[in-house]
Amino acid sequence: MSTRDVELLRGDARPSLGSSGRRWGEDGIRALLLVCACVSVLTTLGIIIALVQPAIEFFREVNLIDFITGTRWAPLFKPSSFGVLPLISATLLLTFWAAVIFIPFGLGTAIFLSEYARPGVRRVLKPALEILAGIPTVVFGFFALVFFTPFLQDIGLGLETFNIVGAGVVIGVMLIPTVASISEDAMAAVPQDLRAGAYALGATRFHVATRVVVPSAFSGIIASYILAISRAIGETVIALIAAGTIARITFNPEEGAASMAAFIAATGVGDVPTGSIEYKTIFAVGLTLFVFTLVMNIFSTRLVRRYREVYE
Amino acid sequence: MLKGDDMETAQATEPAVRLDRVEPAIADRSDPAAVAAVQVPPVFQVTGLSVTYGSHLALADVTMDIRSKAVTAFIGPSGCGKSTFIRCFNRLNDLIPSARVTGQVLYHEDDLYSPTVDPVEVRKLIGMVFQKPNPFPKSIYDNVAFGPRVLRRKDELDGRVEMALRRAALWDEVKDRLKTNALSLSGGQQQRLCIARCLAVEPDVILMDEPASALDPISTSAIEDLMHELKTDYTIVVVTHNMQQAARVAEMTAFFSVDVGEDGQRTGVLVEYDETQTIFTTPADPRTEGYVTGRFG
Repeated sequence: MSTRDVELLRGDARPSLGSSGRRWGEDGIRALLLVCACVSVLTTLGIIIALVQPAIEFFREVNLIDFITGTRWAPLFKPSSFGVLPLISATLLLTFWAAVIFIPFGLGTAIFLSEYARPGVRRVLKPALEILAGIPTVVFGFFALVFFTPFLQDIGLGLETFNIVGAGVVIGVMLIPTVASISEDAMAAVPQDLRAGAYALGATRFHVATRVVVPSAFSGIIASYILAISRAIGETVIALIAAGTIARITFNPEEGAASMAAFIAATGVGDVPTGSIEYKTIFAVGLTLFVFTLVMNIFSTRLVRRYREVYE
Repeated sequence: MLKGDDMETAQATEPAVRLDRVEPAIADRSDPAAVAAVQVPPVFQVTGLSVTYGSHLALADVTMDIRSKAVTAFIGPSGCGKSTFIRCFNRLNDLIPSARVTGQVLYHEDDLYSPTVDPVEVRKLIGMVFQKPNPFPKSIYDNVAFGPRVLRRKDELDGRVEMALRRAALWDEVKDRLKTNALSLSGGQQQRLCIARCLAVEPDVILMDEPASALDPISTSAIEDLMHELKTDYTIVVVTHNMQQAARVAEMTAFFSVDVGEDGQRTGVLVEYDETQTIFTTPADPRTEGYVTGRFG
């Protein structure tokens, strides 16, 4: 028995298990991290309040049903009309054309990177995609206006200068890296065992990719699509520059139409007097846009959970 | 990596060595079944096979024949290259970019590594079951139907699925819930599902890489029973950590060991290959004896 054991038995040198004083550093770090977490939450709350208050004032003057179901958007004209459907239809059309591009090309890129590309090709292609993701949207907007739309006109399409299809396609191209990157991460998480299992059954690379990897990574792929759709709905600068500011319901992709975000940007930088009904429309449309993205997010959380595969 | 001249020497001398080793073993034995089994042409003839990962020689200079319609077991300590070796038979090492296979593997006299051979075709004939059950996150039915579907053998699909599940001794347990997700099955059932999935492709050879090491004893025994049943129709090669398992299921056993080089590189080598009984009772090499009696490894 050591001296220490004897001391312990006698109770002479019993070690203290109580706190040796408050650890102020620990508390300070905890508080600092809490502040970090609160910034985004409080900002979101602030935005909602800032949106809702003027929007409520707007709906005192304009009937909510007229706003939702009206087919003519002319807040600056006399007599004015506040039907938001033209803005919504333009937003959805832009999103549709973007999706036509990013759904196949984003997934195709992800499959190529994850299943086909040799390490050397991957090393070149991934940074190239990240550069594409880092280009400011205003550059894409002008690319659509001064290069892509004229190109489509040159190959014989009767496009207006401002048009839905040019803007939508360029939004789609802009979103390819987002979709590819998130989808590829999901595919990388598919266990190598599953691929080996499929190859061992005589499956080709294509079969492994389409019948094992993509279904197994489906929840991540869906998540990438939803994020891209949310961003397409909210995309402002490209829509403003390349699809124009005329609010109208049109299903002809060769014509231009103002989306919700484009209207907000255009009106926000315009010279509408603060507090006027025209000014308040910004917030009413902003709230509509907010509801759209909120619904998309809730929907996506459900969908992603529905298709999630859990691997050990 | 073997140098060119080493390879040639190895290839020139090995067949003679192989005959020397196999023939007396049979002559000693008065068992006519064992003699007959050897006289059937082997399914695989491996000559001077080495595998390197990058600059690491993982398996060196293996020469052996795999007997038809029998169970051949590979035993040995971890890192001895037995899993690497078994993956040479269905060219699964092709999936690892840094892996390089040298030497020769003849499958019914065709060179598996000839440039004209399509690995996808190889894997249709040579199925594989993995260490960890790896069912696809699909229904039980879709798992078994996967092979026939990708091979475009979609006629009589229900019948093929049922037949494979019956042969894997799983049909009675799952016939009422073929549409449920395969991941809801127990580990042992998942492994039998993987065997069924492999059988549905109607292979000639089944490779099993430690098929029972992740399973409980009851499931393990079910898998071993299955191997006994299947060897009447299939050639089975099984890697196992479990020596009792090799003793129970295999006709032939190969013992692999690890050589540690001067630079600390660990390289797998084939120490001894013989009738299972011989390996476990009268092994020729002291390293084999040490392993099977539990003194080492």
